[in-house]
Amino acid sequence: MSKSLDDFVEAAAAALGIPLEDAWKPAVKANLEVTLRHADIVAEFKLPDDAEPAPVFKA
Amino acid sequence: MAVLADNGWSSAAQIAGDVAAGELSAVVVIDDALARIARLNPTRNAFTAVTAERARAKAKAVDAVRDRHKLPLAGVPFAVKNLFDIAGLATLAGSKINRANPPAKQDSPLIERLEAAGAVLVGALNMGEYAYDFTGENVHDGAARNPHDLTRMSGGSSGGSGTAVGAGMVPLALGSDTNGSIRVPSSFCGTFGLKPTYGRLTRARTFPFVSSLDHFGPFARTTRDLAVSYDAMQGPDPADPVCTDRAPESVTGVLARGLDGLRIAVAGGYFQRGAFPEALEALSRVARAAGVRQEIDIPEAHRARAAAYVITASEGAALHLSRLRKQAHDFDPAVRDRLIAGAMVPASLVNKAQIFRRWYREQVLRLFEHYDAILAPATPCTAPKIGQQTFLIDGVEMPLRPNVGIYTQPISFIGLPVVAVPVPLKPLPIGVQIIAAPWREDVALRVAYALEQTGTVTAPKVPESREAVA
Repeated sequence: MSKSLDDFVEAAAAALGIPLEDAWKPAVKANLEVTLRHADIVAEFKLPDDAEPAPVFKA
Repeated sequence: MAVLADNGWSSAAQIAGDVAAGELSAVVVIDDALARIARLNPTRNAFTAVTAERARAKAKAVDAVRDRHKLPLAGVPFAVKNLFDIAGLATLAGSKINRANPPAKQDSPLIERLEAAGAVLVGALNMGEYAYDFTGENVHDGAARNPHDLTRMSGGSSGGSGTAVGAGMVPLALGSDTNGSIRVPSSFCGTFGLKPTYGRLTRARTFPFVSSLDHFGPFARTTRDLAVSYDAMQGPDPADPVCTDRAPESVTGVLARGLDGLRIAVAGGYFQRGAFPEALEALSRVARAAGVRQEIDIPEAHRARAAAYVITASEGAALHLSRLRKQAHDFDPAVRDRLIAGAMVPASLVNKAQIFRRWYREQVLRLFEHYDAILAPATPCTAPKIGQQTFLIDGVEMPLRPNVGIYTQPISFIGLPVVAVPVPLKPLPIGVQIIAAPWREDVALRVAYALEQTGTVTAPKVPESREAVA
């Protein structure tokens, strides 16, 4: 996970056009790890397929 | 004509009453406030701009109004977090980057509405960069300092708002709250703070952070001042698509109805795990004063906090993507690194968080079929030292900066109205959240007002002579 996340951070920065300096990478990776942990806590909660997101667009 | 003799501790309602009655001149009030800001700001660092010239002109205009009794905030000095547009000033949002922006052409509508009620803008307030902050620290402008101990944090991101009101520099300030940025500084600085229902107050002509979660609201030293200013700011605004079309629902007239008939519970479980003894003591005092014994569980609150965290990271990053590409060096490094990471969060996970948000809202709204208000801590601890990086939550050393808002995030996540009330513990105050159902600001304010009458909650007065302990 850790090495693959290093690779992901580099690839994502390049894909997003964000200039990522070497010195910033550990903190960016650490922040991303925390956010992904939070995201996992949400994603593991089972909800029905037809559950709607909170924002609802009305034409 | 009387002069102010309270050293900055008069409430907005007292000032407005005296100005309306012709017993006090708005010009005297504003000159006094400007002098106090000049004295205190070098050590408190609440203000990033003081609008003295326009304030004196506005005060003269208020004094010239014949029907001043129709102005509920006649002559009341107020200041706003520097993410509000102020005509003639660049809207900094706590950043270095925005200093290059042209000056705003027009005030934010919330400033216009307060000034239409007779209030007088005296300046812009310090804040954490781009509002991604719970500390009140700012690498460009320095930290807004806690009025009760200048070596401690104000809380953030509306740090200057908490400092300015808690230190007696102004009786009223505006801030924003995405995950707790009104309630955290209210807790640390010992002020009252109102985070209204999501969509209740217009966000037009302000610098955003996370559109899904951004709220605006007042800081004050009394519940009545929260209510009077909130009433002055309600109303639809087509310039903010999130702002409600609901008619304004005045709260000032119902403040004194007391607690009779209100069903109140204390949030247990998640909302007490990790709380320091002072947070639990404050919660216990408030619950006892309100006669509350019932404890309830807000389901999946930890997951709600996690979902708010993910949405914030992603939406905040989307807002700043072009600046991250071109001006990454000009950010506060701590904010930059969080935003870059946020840009990398997969959309599938963000969408899951928005789906969970709807489910969670339905669960919590069911609780309000049985209860009118829920009490919870505002922060896990009193104000930490400026520069402190970690604290112990549940025996685990955690980074402080993102975790001060663990009790506020699950509430703003679904837009519930909250009044943060200050419990005057020694040596530092700490806040308790009074949470109500959507659009029931009246209930939260009624509870706050009743607690204030018993003395259980009060904004502790700070001696002006208090100086920084290096």
